[in-house]
Amino acid sequence: MTQRYVGQALKRKEDPRLVSGTSSYVDDISMPGMLHMAITRSIHAHARIKRIDISKAQRLPGVHAVITGEEVAANCGPVPSAGEIPNMKRPQRYLLAVSKVRFVGEPIAAVVAADKYIARDAADFIEIEYEPLPAVVNPEKAMQPGSPRLYDEFSDNVSYHFGFESGNTEEAFKSANVVVKERFINQRLAPIAMETRGAVATLQMPDNELVIWSSTQIPHLLRTQLALMVRVPENRMRVIAPEVGGGFGSKLNVYAEEGLVAYLAKKTGHPVKWIESRRENIAATIHGRDQIDDVELALKKDGTILGMRVKSIADLGAYFQLLTPIIPTLTGLLAPGAYKVPALKFDQVGVLTNKMATDAYRGAGRPEATYLIERIMDVAAQKLKLDPAELRRRNFPRPNEFPYKTSGGVIYDSADYEKALDRALELADYKGLRLKQAELWKQGKYMGIGLSSYVEICAMGPSTAMPAGGWESGTVRIEPSGKVTVLTGASPHGQGQETSFAQIAADELGITPDDVVVIHGDTARIPYGIGTFGSRATAVGGTAMFLAIQDLKEKMKKIAAHLLETTPDKMEFSPGKLVVKGGSGRSINYTEVVGAAYMARNLPPGVEPGLEATRFFEPSNFTFPFGTHVCVVELDWETGEPKITKYVAVDDCGNVINPLLVEGQVHGGIVQGVAQALHEEVVYDENGQLLTGSLMDYALPRAHDFPEFELDRTVTPSPVNPLGVKGVGEAGTIGSTPAVVNAVVDALAPFGVTHIDMPVRSEKVWKILKGRKAS
Amino acid sequence: MHVKIRINGKPYEKDIDPRLLLTHFIRDLAGLTGTHIGCETSICGACTVLANGLAVKSCTMFAVQADGVDVVTIEGMARDGQLHPLQESFWEEHGLQCGYCTPGMIMCAHQLLARNTAPTDTEIRDALGGNLCRCTGYQNIVAAVRSAAGKLKREPRIAAGD
Repeated sequence: MTQRYVGQALKRKEDPRLVSGTSSYVDDISMPGMLHMAITRSIHAHARIKRIDISKAQRLPGVHAVITGEEVAANCGPVPSAGEIPNMKRPQRYLLAVSKVRFVGEPIAAVVAADKYIARDAADFIEIEYEPLPAVVNPEKAMQPGSPRLYDEFSDNVSYHFGFESGNTEEAFKSANVVVKERFINQRLAPIAMETRGAVATLQMPDNELVIWSSTQIPHLLRTQLALMVRVPENRMRVIAPEVGGGFGSKLNVYAEEGLVAYLAKKTGHPVKWIESRRENIAATIHGRDQIDDVELALKKDGTILGMRVKSIADLGAYFQLLTPIIPTLTGLLAPGAYKVPALKFDQVGVLTNKMATDAYRGAGRPEATYLIERIMDVAAQKLKLDPAELRRRNFPRPNEFPYKTSGGVIYDSADYEKALDRALELADYKGLRLKQAELWKQGKYMGIGLSSYVEICAMGPSTAMPAGGWESGTVRIEPSGKVTVLTGASPHGQGQETSFAQIAADELGITPDDVVVIHGDTARIPYGIGTFGSRATAVGGTAMFLAIQDLKEKMKKIAAHLLETTPDKMEFSPGKLVVKGGSGRSINYTEVVGAAYMARNLPPGVEPGLEATRFFEPSNFTFPFGTHVCVVELDWETGEPKITKYVAVDDCGNVINPLLVEGQVHGGIVQGVAQALHEEVVYDENGQLLTGSLMDYALPRAHDFPEFELDRTVTPSPVNPLGVKGVGEAGTIGSTPAVVNAVVDALAPFGVTHIDMPVRSEKVWKILKGRKAS
Repeated sequence: MHVKIRINGKPYEKDIDPRLLLTHFIRDLAGLTGTHIGCETSICGACTVLANGLAVKSCTMFAVQADGVDVVTIEGMARDGQLHPLQESFWEEHGLQCGYCTPGMIMCAHQLLARNTAPTDTEIRDALGGNLCRCTGYQNIVAAVRSAAGKLKREPRIAAGD
């Protein structure tokens, strides 16, 4: 099929409603009789609840119901969590705390009232008597004997041990010329989608179907879990993800508040709305990262990697959300990064602490891996006195070695790492930058250049490797008019698949993207699907749609051949028509074939009427996008501020459907990754009080923190799916964090610095600049 | 308390609680939900509207403070079905992804362009310092504002809400 639209930078079909303010997010939904829910949350990190007095709240005019933990424990299932690791201690949690709280922000009671102001007042009128218990927030302390225990029923706070060894690491380290080691900490982060969480639930007439609108990335999985949670048959429940204002993994989850809204709609008979405040969002929406990795790398004199050992501590927080124990284990799979690491030993402990649960945040387990391998490569380069680019180059698998099985246990699909590295170095003028750096150092100005050659695990993924199915569904319906409706199980929330899927469908069917409408995020309209996360929507969901289109094309070819008295194999699609191959000039209009399928008066034998197909695509493997990022920083001598003066990103996400969308994903990803390197950190004090509980304290990046990024691409199609796409949703985040930290460390090299912990705030750099002597 | 607030040229007269926030007046009483709430503390800028021509964060202004004020929201930007050059440029330059911050960004950018018809990129980035976006990495937002400035220069347009 000729590509008229795939590969073009088409403006998004989504945008007119978004730029004009006419779209509908959860908070924009309003219904007659709607009540508002507010939550009373724990002010202690660890405490027994001795008494809850709800009488004052109940007496407030306008309050319809007040509920506490005992009621929901008796009437609702627990908050679900997936993933199995042998001998894992899995904490159980109800929608509201029962007798004990284990983090600041844990829901204790819920109020519904006629308006949100009254609901908030009532929630604040609930009196709770606590018996505070010692809290533990540092995972290394939590592992020690004698540490306060979160759960009486568990012998200690260690939830799981996960590990593997491939190759012989002992031998590798024995035969090494050089061994480098360092501790790398991925600090705790808050995802901060600009739209906080929120849900509306109502019993809808005539059949009392329980309808829930939620700001979610996974409407179908949410319905399955909510059905269990609030004990409603799944086929009597509908979940709608309306316009969703960003997710970044934080809405790839099933939360207590979603269950509470559903339960209270059932209980009161009124529609119930809950919109999370930003303070609640930082305290009680999942956090990301929070992992400590002790890394050792064994190399030969020439820089060849022989082996790697990682000892990892994952801070899980107090409870499990949907994927809490799974995310940190992904770090092991990707620990070798883009390099040949013949032997790898990975040991991880997952630890419970008095903090909010960690879970999937943009990159989810892979940024941690990329950070540790890309940092240790720089530490090794420094030790070996090799250029960091050269050390990377020497350890890349060659393009002809793919599919490449790694010591992390996965099979990389396709890549040319050196090509992306070379292009990035060229674009950044790496040689020129090194000369300039030497010059600046002489003048006492500290400039640093950081590289990161990342690979990531995307298009999640084969079902055998996923907790709840890794396939995706796609339905394509060609309507009698020839217009096309696509129903996808993917649930985009800003990524733009209403546009990119329409581009693919238009090219395949010889129509225009304007002829295609892509519908997502409604369990009543769309066959069961998995959702949007792990850079999977196009690679898995797009492929399901593509396969459904192929079914319809085969059918249309049969009908066209029948009408033209030829055979289906001689027919092909062309813009607006189906033509007989071979230049005879014979053809039949697309709309005529569509009409014939619906009129059904003259169909070939065995061909059913109608034009609708549904496919469920099960990928055979993940995809593995890659690239090289180059970051240049200059340190402000007076303040220590690391200022990014240049940023080059060369990414390879396989075939590109819409370059505009790909660039947008990379830009946004870079900023989130840079923010981890330089700004963001969720901080709890030693008592478990959240110190970064508002956007005043949690440092999100702003427009003036960045220069204009310079982007380019290499294109290595993936063999895993027929579209050849790999996914790009997380690439920027994964690639950028180590590039920035490598740049700062490089700038501080004259001071003998080999590592600096994130976030690299001005103060840390300033202390080094003022406290040490440059060599 | 009794207030009269003009929003996008239309008067809304209501009896309200003194503690009602302007953003809730706009969203819940006037039914204009294009103005979004992102932090309730003036940090994120999603709720930015124009009040007598000045960009304000409607989540930290009481509705009673807007008594007698002319407010313009994102819904007031398009004219006769024609998008405002800023709205067009955000669309053309892919200056949005999830769209949640977009109305506030556009209102804030509107104020910038009213004051400075040819801002540099640095001036654009500084002017948007009170508006957070988690999706775009800001680059295409800057491009959109730059492009809109060019369009408005070629084809001056009366300020929104006039």
